[in-house]
Amino acid sequence: MTLQVRAGEVLGIGGVAGNGQDELLLALSGEVRARPEAIQLGGKPVGAMGPNERRHAGLLTAPEERLGHAAAPDMSLTENAFLTGADRKRLTRNGFVDWRETQIFAEDIIKTFDVRTPGPGVAARALSGGNLQKFVIGREILQNPFVIVVNQPTWGVDAAAAAFIRQALLDRAAAGAAVLVISQDIDEILEIADKFAALNGGRLSEPVPTEGLTVDRIGLMLGGAQGHSGAEEVQHVPA
Amino acid sequence: MFRLEKRPTPSTFWIYATPFLAVALTMVAGGILFAILGKDPVAAIKLIFFDPLFSADYASYARPQLLVKAGPLILIAIGLSLGFRAGIWNIGAEGQYVIGALCGAAAGLAFFPTDSRWVFPLMVAAGALGGFLWAMIPAILRTKFNTNEILVSLLLVYVAKQLIASAALNFLRNPDGAGFPGSRNLAQIPAMANPELIPGTGLHWGGVAAILAVGVAYVMLQRHILGYQIKLAGQAPRAARFAGVNSDRLIVLCMGFSGALAGMAGFFEVSGPAGQITIDFGAGYGFTAIIVAFLGRLNPIGIFFAGLLMALTYIGGELAQLVLGLPAAAIQAFQGMLLFFLLAVDLLANYRIRFILPGAR
Amino acid sequence: MDLSHMNAGVLVASLMVASVPILLAALGELVVEKSGVLNLGVEGMMIVGAVTGFIAAFHSGSAVLGFVGGAAGGAALSMIFALLTQFLMANQVATGLALTLFGQGLASLLGQSYVGQKPPLTGKLPFGPLADLPFVGPVLFGHDWVVYFSVLAVGAISWFLTRSRGGLVLRAVGENHDAAHSLGYKVRLVRVAAIGFGGAMAGLGGAYLSLVRVPQWTEGMTAGAGWIALAIVVFASWRPWRVLMGAWLFGGISVLQLNMQAAGSAIPVQYLSMSPYLITILVLVIMSSGRSRASLGAPASLGQNFHAAR
Repeated sequence: MTLQVRAGEVLGIGGVAGNGQDELLLALSGEVRARPEAIQLGGKPVGAMGPNERRHAGLLTAPEERLGHAAAPDMSLTENAFLTGADRKRLTRNGFVDWRETQIFAEDIIKTFDVRTPGPGVAARALSGGNLQKFVIGREILQNPFVIVVNQPTWGVDAAAAAFIRQALLDRAAAGAAVLVISQDIDEILEIADKFAALNGGRLSEPVPTEGLTVDRIGLMLGGAQGHSGAEEVQHVPA
Repeated sequence: MFRLEKRPTPSTFWIYATPFLAVALTMVAGGILFAILGKDPVAAIKLIFFDPLFSADYASYARPQLLVKAGPLILIAIGLSLGFRAGIWNIGAEGQYVIGALCGAAAGLAFFPTDSRWVFPLMVAAGALGGFLWAMIPAILRTKFNTNEILVSLLLVYVAKQLIASAALNFLRNPDGAGFPGSRNLAQIPAMANPELIPGTGLHWGGVAAILAVGVAYVMLQRHILGYQIKLAGQAPRAARFAGVNSDRLIVLCMGFSGALAGMAGFFEVSGPAGQITIDFGAGYGFTAIIVAFLGRLNPIGIFFAGLLMALTYIGGELAQLVLGLPAAAIQAFQGMLLFFLLAVDLLANYRIRFILPGAR
Repeated sequence: MDLSHMNAGVLVASLMVASVPILLAALGELVVEKSGVLNLGVEGMMIVGAVTGFIAAFHSGSAVLGFVGGAAGGAALSMIFALLTQFLMANQVATGLALTLFGQGLASLLGQSYVGQKPPLTGKLPFGPLADLPFVGPVLFGHDWVVYFSVLAVGAISWFLTRSRGGLVLRAVGENHDAAHSLGYKVRLVRVAAIGFGGAMAGLGGAYLSLVRVPQWTEGMTAGAGWIALAIVVFASWRPWRVLMGAWLFGGISVLQLNMQAAGSAIPVQYLSMSPYLITILVLVIMSSGRSRASLGAPASLGQNFHAAR
């Protein structure tokens, strides 16, 4: 599959569950590696990099499963803030963790994203789904990514928190980032994305502008009626 | 009827209380075991846990023994605990311990006779390296060939025991030993001996190394990124992958670290309390250290105290053997029981027990 | 070194006998693991079976009762494991290790007054003139009943796992305990039964050591046989007939190295003695190389504790 996201643009990828959403996220996060040129960030090949190097380069991701994948259930929010923030927030000194700085970062996430919790010392498991999701998305957005990829950003989240998360993603795009939203919620994609592409059986359709997109057309695309692109390149081109 | 409910977060109270509860339960069950064997249970428990420290008759001999026995247990358990936390099961520490003793002794005896003061540090390094390399076998087989490290590390214990027996009979046999198996007595060679450092304390270099290891492990787990990765990999493997933790690197590090510590422990033993390489060198410290690691809740400070307690059961056990004629094996069963109770009461930390009246919902 | 006095038939026959303890223990562990439980306490259950079997046989004067006692001893010890892992949610790896450590202590304790004693004999089954046939005689008609029992057990377990309804339930529980639970199967009950069976088989294997192979009680007499049995289950990709192959392979190596020792080989005894362990490691490496656990045939829920939400 080939896809391109430009700086300042939100690309929504829709599809029924199990059509390759998780695999796409793993490929982009660096948990599954590819050829160096397969993924490019501003023309720079990052495909062979692991998660940390990609974060360093500015590509940040938030997986669908909050407990156990995006966050360690039994670790505190401070420790979970360190999980992806270590490099970009400069939370280490000579291999040692700066827990004071990390806690400040965690508190910043909690405050900015209105995470309802007694404090950063609470285990991730103790948070409600919506609050943990705000924490996870907030953790990535507050690191000022060039490209941010989120999978099911508002799944199981109450309406107010969902609106908050969507706005945060739009703000990030307005600040010049490329935003990739993988979601099974078509309304969500239509609300925030500039372009829409359908994921079907691990293949991605040609992206089309969301403006003026009809429900019938979306239905056809989700069913795989649209022509697929053959190559296996994934590109992010922040212009 | 009762039902278990998983706690959202483990109970802090029970995390610290369970080791004490387990020790208490083991005393009760052990007392029953001793009573079945026809011994006075109260006298036996007192002899094991109390007399080595406080009895006027035994304490002068037994107290220094505490550090002698606790040193290797703590040293090995610290290394094991890091791997156990990360879900990497090195259970062949006994083999690494034996190989460490073998390599350390061999490195020194190669220079015999000598009075250079560089020999002892060289021997320590050789012991650590021996244990490290022996642990690298399961580590590399695991990372390169996906072979189960539990089975390989354990099977290598039997190989190591044959190797050291062969050394005692052949290439390390004391040339002045009238043909008896066993190496020269390192404890009687000043440059190679590991003596008691402060008279009456039982503290030798192994104890010093153990205390250092506790400190290093504590700082690493609390502050270093490696400690963070170890905890993350053990608690949430998928999150660890997401965080970019290299699991192969972690396996090699944890196995290597525990192997080196076990190897060092083996060398300190052979150059001090044991004195020489013998056919049956190795007293099972590598296995008992597994109990120590769990009893200490895989926490360095906890392991320090658990090591002392387990050493106490060894010494008290020997005492009970002498005084009451309690069989040596009873103490081994007793130590195993302790681990059972510990694993059983762990439930209280992670689950809430709800009693339900029959018929009620 | 001279191995020419070795008769091929005797060699094959003795490897069959040498493989019995490991075969029995590995078959038991196979069933346990198929139910999704990893019990690393095989070594402990074997050695307890060895001593309880010996004691039962010694006092009853009957070798058969000895095997019953061995199976009962192994099964009793396995119930501690079942209680801890199935009801108290303890970590299976740690509990299995504890079982081995405790079992070794307990066995030495129970066996201390039996050291040096002789157990009642387990005789060969009388096949009359058949036993005198060249090669076929010693291989097929020259064994005690336990050897035939162990081979029959391979077939019976294979049939149970693939053809019977009980085996289907057992495998369903081992593959996905949540799904099995929602289908109404009693996950815990199945697993406790499997653990008990595994304990009994390990105990039988241990009893074969103390009643036939050695035959007497000595401390630490299992010498890693339980661990090798665990390795053979992996080697066999969780298939009963391959367990038989693995056990024979191991038995063959043991017999060969013992014969080389007896024949005064130039290789030192210690190196010969370590060969079975080294070869087991080698075989494990070859079997697991480049494959995931799933493609090897490992049950998907292996080693995970089951806790029903309600």
